[in-house]
Parts: sequence; C-alpha cells; structure tokens
Amino acid sequence: MVGIVIVSHSQKLAEGVVEVAKMMASEVPIAAAGGLEDGSLGTSYEKILAAVEKVFSSDGVMIFVDMGSAVMTTEMVLEDFNRPNVRMIDCPLVEGAILAAVESVGGKTLEEILKLTEDVRTTKKF
Amino acid sequence: MDTKKILAIISAVAKKIEAEKNFLTQLDNEIGDGDHGINLARGFKSVEEKIPTWADKDIGAILKGVGTQLVSTVGGASGPLYGTAFMKAGNVCKGKNFLAAEDFVAALEAAVNGIKMRGKAVEGEKTMLDALCPALKTLKENLAGGKNFVEALSVAVDAAAAGVEFTKTIIATKGRASYLKERSLGHQDPGATSSLMMLQATLEVLREA
Repeated sequence: MVGIVIVSHSQKLAEGVVEVAKMMASEVPIAAAGGLEDGSLGTSYEKILAAVEKVFSSDGVMIFVDMGSAVMTTEMVLEDFNRPNVRMIDCPLVEGAILAAVESVGGKTLEEILKLTEDVRTTKKF
Repeated sequence: MDTKKILAIISAVAKKIEAEKNFLTQLDNEIGDGDHGINLARGFKSVEEKIPTWADKDIGAILKGVGTQLVSTVGGASGPLYGTAFMKAGNVCKGKNFLAAEDFVAALEAAVNGIKMRGKAVEGEKTMLDALCPALKTLKENLAGGKNFVEALSVAVDAAAAGVEFTKTIIATKGRASYLKERSLGHQDPGATSSLMMLQATLEVLREA
C-alpha cells in the first residue's frame, strides 16, 4: 500500500485529517506530521522525516501539505530523503488525503493515485 | 574575514534577532501569522548554542551548520528560506578559512539564489528578497567602483533599508501576507526586515575591527 503523510502547521489539523482518512480506509499506512516538537504551530523537518520513514515502503509515499513552510520544509526533507517514489502532492489537503487513502487500500499504485489527485484540484464540493 | 570573524557575525546576528523578536513578530501580526520574530529567535538561539562547537570548522561547514539548525528549529517559512540561504552560502565557502570581499559576494549571491529557488519568488513580491537583492546589487557595484568592503557593505545596508521601505508600497504576492491582498499595503515586510537586521549586524561587527 502507498503510504500517506499529512503535513500541517497544526498538530490537531494533521491528526484530524488522519482521523477522517482512516474513517474510510482504516488499514492505510498514514502518519501525521503537524506542528512543532512541543506541539506549537509550525512545521518540523524532523517530524516530517520521521513520518515519511514510518509509512515508507517500496510502494512509495504521498505527502499532502497545507501551505507555505509546510511545502518548503517538505521539499527539504525530500532533497535529503531522496527516493523517486516519495512525492509531495499539490492538491487540497483533506480531499487529496481521503482519495489517496481509499485508493491505496484499494490496491492502486503511486502513479495511478497521482493521476487521480490531479482531478481533486478542480473537483467542486457541490 | 576569518573564521573567528564569521562566528562573531553569526553571534551578533543571533543577538540582534533576539533583541528585535517582538518587533518582528509585531510586523508579522499585522500581515502574516504573527510568528516571525519568535520563530527566528528560537532558530538563532539554537545556532548560538552551537557556535562553540564550530571553532575549528571551516567557514563552509559553519554556514552549513547554521542552515541546518535553522531548518530544524525555526518552524515557519523563514526556516527553510534562511536555512537554504545559509546552506547554499556554505557550499560556496566550502573548505575556506578566510573570506575575501569576492568570496562574501559569492556567498551572498548563492544565499539570495537559494531563497529565490526555495520560495519560488522574485524581487518585488514583498519578501526578504526586496531587502537582499538591492543589497547584493549595491554591494557589487560599490566594490567594482573601488570602495573598500566595509564602505561598500555600508551602502548595501542602506539599499536594504530602502528595500524594506519599498515593501510598504507593494502588495504581497508570496507568503502568508498574500492572503491579505491590498490590505498588505502600508506595512513593511517582516522577512525583508529580518534580512536587513542580519546585514546590519554583519556591518556592525566588521566596523568594530
């Protein structure tokens, strides 16, 4: 299964997205990397790296992010943890994470899920 | 500039950021998420604690160390941005125990390019680049014009200060302030301000010599 990492400035938000994703895909390997070490707001290089390592397998990892430093800090982690099958995804955090969780459990590959997340960018909620 | 001088500059930068953290945070409260000063002060505090362990390192390794500390401790956008800047500057100074004027310029240029790359930003978007780009340009011009390094850096700091003033007149298109659109007008950019402070601290140390 493709692993999933949720990066947010807020520990609660990252854990919340994990919670919502697990509602539909309880067995998916997914990890939250929200907030700083002490739980305050921000993004942590160490937390993101640890989360990627936790869910990493040969199937790959998709990282969903909120904004700003979440993007830049994840980029730096990816430059150091340099594997082609670990990707940061540019799409809405909640929708993207749920889609990836469901499809990962359903047996889709990283490349297949990547294609599907492209649609998430333009999907309307109603 | 030898290793000792570089460490003195880093220490002066850390002290200045600590002294100005409330001001930087106040600026960020106005147009951002209100954490710039606190975040950067936390980062530079961890940098300062490392300084004694860098005494026998070359300047490239020291600057890289500063970058690594900032990336892992700042927590906001200034972490990866300044972190990348110092790491890129470190690459240019690899193995050096002394920086001539042209080495400093090359390091600053690598730092500025690192920030552009990491932030996918250019000058004129109300970011640290609006202080750093004019400073780099002015430093180069004045060195080419025959000024000594401290004089040239002094004019460059003035250019950075003018750049910070300029950020009051433009709308942010990068970073958290971009959410405010025209409401970001009239406010100076916290990132440009902290960049100016770093250059000022550098100049102050070099003037003492």
